[in-house]
Amino acid sequence: MTQGDMTGAKALWATLVGHGITTVFGYPGGAIMPVYDALTFYPEMRHILARHEQGAIHAAEGWAKATGEIGVCLATSGPGATNLVTGLADAMMDSVPLLAITGNVARHLMGTDAFQEADITGITLPITKHNYVVRDVEELPQVIAEAIRIARSGRPGPVLVDIPKDIQLAAYQGEIATPHARPEAPAPAPEALERARELLRSAKKPVIMVGGGALDAAAEVTALARAWDIPVITTLMGLGAFPSSDPLWLGMPGMHGSVAANRAISEADVLLGIGLRFDDRVTGRVNGFAPNAAIIHVELDAAEIGKIVRTHVPVRGDARVAARLLTEGAQNLDLPEWKAQIEEWKTRTQRPDHWGAAYGVQAVVERLGPDDILSSDVGQHQMLAAQLARFERPRRWLNSGGLGTMGFGFPAAIGAALAEPGVRSVVIAGDGGFQMTAQELATLKMYDIRNVKICIVNNSYLGMVRQWQEMFHGRRYSEVWLGDSNPDFLKLADAYDVPGYRASSAEELPAAIDAWLADPKSALLEIVVPHEHAVFPMVPAGAALSEMLEAEPPRTAQPVSQKEAKDA
Amino acid sequence: MTDPTPRDHLVSALVRDEPRVLTRITSLFGRRGYNIRSLSVGSTEHPGVSRMTFVVTGDRGVVEQAMRQLEKLHDVIRIIDHSLEKYVDRELVLVKVAITPESRVEVRQIAEDFRARIVDVGRHALTFEVTGDEGKITAFIEQMRPFGILETMRTGRVALTRGSNADIPAHVYHEGETQALKPAVEGIEPREEKARGVPNLF
Repeated sequence: MTQGDMTGAKALWATLVGHGITTVFGYPGGAIMPVYDALTFYPEMRHILARHEQGAIHAAEGWAKATGEIGVCLATSGPGATNLVTGLADAMMDSVPLLAITGNVARHLMGTDAFQEADITGITLPITKHNYVVRDVEELPQVIAEAIRIARSGRPGPVLVDIPKDIQLAAYQGEIATPHARPEAPAPAPEALERARELLRSAKKPVIMVGGGALDAAAEVTALARAWDIPVITTLMGLGAFPSSDPLWLGMPGMHGSVAANRAISEADVLLGIGLRFDDRVTGRVNGFAPNAAIIHVELDAAEIGKIVRTHVPVRGDARVAARLLTEGAQNLDLPEWKAQIEEWKTRTQRPDHWGAAYGVQAVVERLGPDDILSSDVGQHQMLAAQLARFERPRRWLNSGGLGTMGFGFPAAIGAALAEPGVRSVVIAGDGGFQMTAQELATLKMYDIRNVKICIVNNSYLGMVRQWQEMFHGRRYSEVWLGDSNPDFLKLADAYDVPGYRASSAEELPAAIDAWLADPKSALLEIVVPHEHAVFPMVPAGAALSEMLEAEPPRTAQPVSQKEAKDA
Repeated sequence: MTDPTPRDHLVSALVRDEPRVLTRITSLFGRRGYNIRSLSVGSTEHPGVSRMTFVVTGDRGVVEQAMRQLEKLHDVIRIIDHSLEKYVDRELVLVKVAITPESRVEVRQIAEDFRARIVDVGRHALTFEVTGDEGKITAFIEQMRPFGILETMRTGRVALTRGSNADIPAHVYHEGETQALKPAVEGIEPREEKARGVPNLF
């Protein structure tokens, strides 16, 4: 192949370059070799070789979540493609704009159970916003352009394009597709906005709840809340859409939400939700959610309005436009009693003051600047980070909210670090989840990435599962003890030339954090914490937000597990 | 307020005739637990566009949720909610009825009353073709049951909106720089109001 001969594979790269894509994450294999061969003709394209396709797709997600732009990943057919499945489901749940390109066996072999053949479009049908099999080389660039438009427009999501090997190799004669214009979001109906304003004007106990759909409307939402002087709750996905330093901010709602947020929802008479889908982890028992409130729901995806909670004023449209329009005609509501009540609730969420996972997480997040990116994996440390970290701007908090994917955090932090090389990309992970994608330490080494700071909160348990076993399963710790088989995380990091630091007490922690952050390279900090730490406040599954447990109840049962039985 | 009683709703969808479009739709119904009682699919007067008619069972909220989820699929051009307007619907059924020399005349007489056509004649059975709305077809089958129904096949209901307005105007197909079809981005139609009982504010 020479530079001059245009093929399907080259047309793919030319189209991606033409769409302003600069970086892709991937892993080669037999059925995508022509694409990797063609890559050598496009030096302007940076390819990041992960160590597992799941690492590649989570890195692409991290890139997309930090920048708001589309993330791109590549894999071969069969196992390469199926290894993307978790990331696609994750991106679907969290509305991440993502383009996944997979190779497939040549068309004449499709459907014959050929080597490394998998029906990846069939497999990913319910976990992609749309997917394609390219059946004619002439349509390839147009399909890529359309896939990118679909992934980015409206409510974003992942799109998969499956390209048979013979199409990658086929000569291509046509033009290279240019980017589609982004369609305008539908404008909210004026009547709906007026009804929303009326409700807000009449409110005595209003609250605004902001989700991931409002991340790009942070300025407008902030102006709206300040103009009306209404307290703001940011969901797990919406952290950063309203500045944490603002006195109106109440924290996160839901299962591990703040006392103030959950009490405010339970007492509110008007709840204005912007860019959110009322996930069950947010609502608790639905019929106990905001029982006294008239709900105004601003949402781009009509299917989310009325899906979970009854909505009194549906406002379909873009969060940015809607928030701007709702700011017009705002009046300062001046509700001293409501705000005094909220201030009292705020004092009930305590900052951790003794050694443990929460103490360690707090010490780390406290050191972050407003531009630093904080990723988290999934579990107790995720909830602690979400409770304790403070964000002044959006897209600085990356986590797997909808799917709850263990192994997400570390590769996502790598993707974000590559997108913003001048910014510290910190990831907090547990000892369990980190081992699900620990192989990406090699990616750090390969590209000499210097701005990833890994923090492992090591309690030797799958802590969140253990917490549930403690609370709801008689403290029978079934298959959650990792302590006897965890690696020495510092040695593991060292094997990839990543420096490591460790702290096992409150006394050791400050110096360890200093050294970890000051290290000119990407570095790992292991915080060794007590085994049986639980995250509170907590709304037990099936309970209403108003039934939240503000603090840990006393333990009653004796522990039953390999570890605890041995110690007892 | 939304009618909470489960009942049958007639919904049509205009869809791009792309591979897997039927799978996409049925998988969405399956995944979200919506119940399809019947589904019929056929091509339309526009190349590349198919039309489906579903009978979805559920309360009004479930059916609205199903329609909004369907609208999000890239290959769905438009959803038509027939419960909001006047429509004509028909179903075709083939019924094979056992006959004896004694029952033959009576069976044929009933068929004539229903304007059913005989499409196949055997020594011991007659096969009828009946078209009509659901009530007529159900009544025909009930009338024939005592004689012995050997087998039946129903097409499922198909429907069109009454009047001269097409559900999808021709310009939708031919506008724009390419022949590619435009997705229905306008969202929920104002006629929704009638069924929702609350003002449509989308």
